[in-house]
Amino acid sequence: MRALVSGHASGELVVLEEGLSFWGGFDPATGRIVERTHPQAGQSLAGKIVYMPYGRGSSSSSSVLAEAMRIGTAPAGLVLGEPDSILLIGSLVARLLYGVECPIFVGDVGELNEGVVQLGEP
Amino acid sequence: MRLSDRDTAMLGGEFGEAVRIALELVVAAGEAMGAGELLDISGAHIDGCLYHGVAGLDFAKVLADAGGEVAVPTTLNVSSLDLLHPDLYRGDAETALRARELMTAYEQMGCRATWTCAPYQLSDRPGRGDQVAWGESNAIVFANSVLGARTNRYGDFLDICCALTGRAPAVDLHTDEGRRAAIALDVAVPESWLDEDLFYVALGMVLGRVAGTRVATIGGLDERADEDRLKALGATAASSGAVAMFHVEGVTPESETLGAGPGMRRVRVDTAMISAALHELSSPNGPLGAVSVGTPHASESELLTLADLVRGRRSLVPFYVNAGRDTVARARSAVDEIEAFGASVVTDTCTYITPIIGDVDGVVMTNSGKWAYYAPSNLGVDVALGSMVDCVESAVAGEVVVGSLR
Repeated sequence: MRALVSGHASGELVVLEEGLSFWGGFDPATGRIVERTHPQAGQSLAGKIVYMPYGRGSSSSSSVLAEAMRIGTAPAGLVLGEPDSILLIGSLVARLLYGVECPIFVGDVGELNEGVVQLGEP
Repeated sequence: MRLSDRDTAMLGGEFGEAVRIALELVVAAGEAMGAGELLDISGAHIDGCLYHGVAGLDFAKVLADAGGEVAVPTTLNVSSLDLLHPDLYRGDAETALRARELMTAYEQMGCRATWTCAPYQLSDRPGRGDQVAWGESNAIVFANSVLGARTNRYGDFLDICCALTGRAPAVDLHTDEGRRAAIALDVAVPESWLDEDLFYVALGMVLGRVAGTRVATIGGLDERADEDRLKALGATAASSGAVAMFHVEGVTPESETLGAGPGMRRVRVDTAMISAALHELSSPNGPLGAVSVGTPHASESELLTLADLVRGRRSLVPFYVNAGRDTVARARSAVDEIEAFGASVVTDTCTYITPIIGDVDGVVMTNSGKWAYYAPSNLGVDVALGSMVDCVESAVAGEVVVGSLR
């Protein structure tokens, strides 16, 4: 797996069946998926390692990810099927402003074990 | 990444702290995306001025307080507030205060107070081949597909970083290769559907689902796919997928050079797929609570059409029309007629991103696939989708009346 935003994270794996727009689809107040039509609506992503096939939708997703990282409701780390500069920049800005981490990797879902997953080197 | 001497000077702080931070982020994003170098941009459109929480405000203030000044002409997307009609806002005062602070920070950096999600409706929009850095998913897909300008999907933060430095990663949709279609959609529906605005909304829904992040080329359309319809198509596709560019064969500027290619996978889009998409976007059961049109912001021609439809009539339900302040100023007499109908014209923001509609008893009707896609989550409302004509007829009747494509 290739690091878009380097760092180390561990957490329970959540594999999203469809891409998710963090803006409009994820509530930073609760850390949950709120998009009604998403197959995993209601799922909490806080503290999880989240695999997404691709980022989707709004360019505001960087703000929402950064805000969730500030509050502490963001995923512990992300693995994306395709690089996504919108999520990447959200993670980098929250690190710059608040020193919090949400490493982002690009890889295949097959590279991830079920259960608790480690991303990057501790 | 190969950096120019000027890039190196920016990273060394010679152009100030704001530019240094901004270029560091542009370079980091460029490296992650596999860019070999940066390129000059001639304009930017900023999405980050819409308030989503403290993090966005903190970042804008860091850049503005460090003396950040945009290096290229830069327009601003919708915000959380309607500065021209402040009474429409029903949110809490503290959020409004922070939202205003965010707007001020971006104005302080030299961005133009356009407050529209449709910067392509402004008179000085970019043209074919112009390299720009645009945020706002519907504006991005319109710039690439309809104008032939070149932008990647710039998220909040990266948009202002590009504007402050005048630089962007030279990769993906900034290059010929990145703009080449990877998948084709063949439209196979009754000829008369091409006259229906709603068809383009539904096609956008299908396009987003089928294409995901890929550039698609669409066959089977003609010049009836005008700018307003392509706006609706792209905005819906950028909601249901991550579509940043599409070609329409025989219509959009690069369809001949970068559109359909040999051996490309072709997906047939039939009536069943269109109907299913409309069904997915619409749950028209229950009384009509309100109507909202103009997402993305209504164009001048849409305001003129709406004025013709509502002349001498009266809406029985709250009716909202979202449009940019520049467009409203250009179409003043149409806007007067729309207001006489009982509608509220909303500028600078949009009814699905900020509390304007309030508690509604019943479904909200819209002509927008994007509104229909996001409002159920954002506002907790059920949505009925119809054409502009359907929206007006429903408002006058006081109940959902859908005549299009059914």
